[in-house]
Amino acid sequence: MIYVVIAFLWLSICLYIILGGADFGAGIVELFTNKKSRHKTEEIMYESIAPVWEANHMWLIIAIVILFVGFPEIYTTMSTYLHIPLVLMLLGIIARGTAFTFRHYDAVKDNWQVVYTQVFYYSSLLTPFFLGLIAASTVSKSINPDATGFLNLYIFSWLNWFGAAVGLFTVSLCAYLASIFSLRETRGSTDLSLMIRKSKQAMIFVVLTGALVFLTAYLSDIPLLMWIFSKPLGIAAIILATLALVAIFYCMRKRKLSPVRVLAGFQIIMILVAATYQHYPDIILLGNGQHLSLLEHIAAPKTISALGWALILGSLFILPFLFYLMASFSKQRK
Amino acid sequence: MDDFLAARAQMAISLGFHIIFACVGMVMPFLMAFAHWKYLKTNNEIYKGLTKAWSKGVAILFATGAVSGTMLSFELGLLWPQFMKHAGPIFGMPFSLEGTAFFIEAIAIGFFLYGWEKFNKWFHWFCGFLVGLSGLASGILVVAANAWMNSPAGFDYIDGKYLNIDPIKAMFNEAWLPQALHMTIAAFCATGFAVAGVHAYLIMKKKNVEFHTKAFRIAAGFALIGAFGAPLSGDIAAKSVAERQPIKLAAMEAHFKTEKGAAFVIGGIPDEEKGEIKYAVKIPKVLSFLVSNDFNSEVKGLNDFPKDEWPPVAVVHYAFQIMIFFGVIMISIGAVYLYALFFRKEWLKRKWLLKTFLIATPFGYIALEAGWTVTEVGRQPWIIYGIMRTIDAVTPMPGIQYSFYFFTAIFVSLSLIIIFLLRRQIQMVPKLYDPTDIQFNDKNKKS
Repeated sequence: MIYVVIAFLWLSICLYIILGGADFGAGIVELFTNKKSRHKTEEIMYESIAPVWEANHMWLIIAIVILFVGFPEIYTTMSTYLHIPLVLMLLGIIARGTAFTFRHYDAVKDNWQVVYTQVFYYSSLLTPFFLGLIAASTVSKSINPDATGFLNLYIFSWLNWFGAAVGLFTVSLCAYLASIFSLRETRGSTDLSLMIRKSKQAMIFVVLTGALVFLTAYLSDIPLLMWIFSKPLGIAAIILATLALVAIFYCMRKRKLSPVRVLAGFQIIMILVAATYQHYPDIILLGNGQHLSLLEHIAAPKTISALGWALILGSLFILPFLFYLMASFSKQRK
Repeated sequence: MDDFLAARAQMAISLGFHIIFACVGMVMPFLMAFAHWKYLKTNNEIYKGLTKAWSKGVAILFATGAVSGTMLSFELGLLWPQFMKHAGPIFGMPFSLEGTAFFIEAIAIGFFLYGWEKFNKWFHWFCGFLVGLSGLASGILVVAANAWMNSPAGFDYIDGKYLNIDPIKAMFNEAWLPQALHMTIAAFCATGFAVAGVHAYLIMKKKNVEFHTKAFRIAAGFALIGAFGAPLSGDIAAKSVAERQPIKLAAMEAHFKTEKGAAFVIGGIPDEEKGEIKYAVKIPKVLSFLVSNDFNSEVKGLNDFPKDEWPPVAVVHYAFQIMIFFGVIMISIGAVYLYALFFRKEWLKRKWLLKTFLIATPFGYIALEAGWTVTEVGRQPWIIYGIMRTIDAVTPMPGIQYSFYFFTAIFVSLSLIIIFLLRRQIQMVPKLYDPTDIQFNDKNKKS
């Protein structure tokens, strides 16, 4: 049953990064769009995310609940030593969620819209940055419970160049996902060309920040290259992700848009596989040489089995309903 | 500010706000679904407008409730890591089920808000109803987790270790049912009064009178059910507290000396040093009766417990008094309204009745917050009653006061924005929602 729980944890993190990430990306893409095409971009983006935006962010809550019920030690280690970036990420989540709602539900459309929009943009940027930074801290051995002093315990546990690079990389990934996802929402070829241009720009940023991640990892003695390329699965994942990229370019050129979403999602999953598989089942590598493992640092067996069943039954309820929601709205737009 | 105090204050502020958002978000969908059902039955366009207007309120409050809930799921770990480390696997079951309920709620709200004229009308109606139903389930599950802190179950505590963990038993702990029942009914009462009050005000202002009268009637009906249900469920809750947490009951009543035929204390100023209460009205034997249906039964007093296990008596006592006070007022208002409904129809249009409801707008929420203060402060100094002290659960990280200021600022600004947004929704009633108004304009397709 523990594997069921781990699978759900992994799945909910993946879905959060893909679906929630695309929502954040929508804000980021709008932010970096010049004034002229901003309104157009906003419309296209809104079309693609509006009905499901709430649901996308539930995945994070599911992941958190799985962590604190099934892996309490991992959850408390993170919440103790990564307190500050977690609070900042939280701020981003709150500001984005509410600003997005308010932007569309304020009955009067006046200058307040500008405020909501600005908050929406910057929080869309802030959240994935800290999400990436937190993820980086779990593997960079920067968390050290044996350290002394406030700075070493609670600040340098997350503040380093590698974390910042992963943060930027996550931001670029979100922007990339959002622009790819929006391709199918466009009407007319000018809109489509606009979004394809944006997708390519985002892609360039993904590659640049990805390179930055490897560079900072090298400078901070984090054996990232070895983790990814030492085992066949890591290499396979990277190759598949690259092939998916080529396929996306081909589809964009041929204006065949139906497979691009799936391909982009697949790409992200492959990147996550490459990033997480190598030290599985260890999920947090601590600075004092110890590891927190998904197979060892777990709750009592009865809890794990109850949690597993709750997740299985829950997904039987949720998934058909969720697919029906997504399907019925994408059908209507046609 | 002391870190421990700051952590407690931050938790109190966060829960205090979340309870309001969550309760409105839980009950409003039922009001909305009721108006929608009326529309489908009568085809009266006003009900359709009302449904849409309320659905915007639901969307705004659901979004806020969702983010404040997300915040809390983090705060539990950020502030109380030692508690979560041990308690997470035991009392986490309701949270994992709540995830499902919450997810369904989010999906259903998507269907409802964007589904006008797109689906079968009864499927659409059902989605709205489902928003309420799953919200209710979420609320009950979260209360089950809180109840576990009052009435720990589903594990054996041996030599500081938590053994033989059974999360299902933990979920169905003894306090679960009474607490969930009282909480749910109180949420209906509080939201009913709050919504009725707002619409009463707008009727008095003579704005869109028919629209607001229909809204008022529905909301007042919910308030009525809540106002009468609250004392009944409260009685069950109090009996359960007396059995499980006699010290909390003693603090609620500032009852210091153990005695037979204990008096029910109203008001008064408790003096913890001397162990007595001054200037209180005492109704002989009633406390004994309320606790056990026997006028001469014995009720344990605070003096029988070690002083380091006492909760802050004065806070708990005052909070309990405030809850009872507003509860009684709301029952009285409910009784008058019920009488008017059946025997004096003409009263319903009278200004004094509307004014009463206007004044009572916050009463339900005041009582609700007071009730939560009783439960939470009454549990102190324990975070898991009788097992783990709150002070042992707090995070080792210093500087929590800044986190407290930060979160307080977030919650205060969120609330201000919500009030602002809801006001604007109300201002737009003539243009967007009331089809009988001359300013009404259905062009606003996006909404």
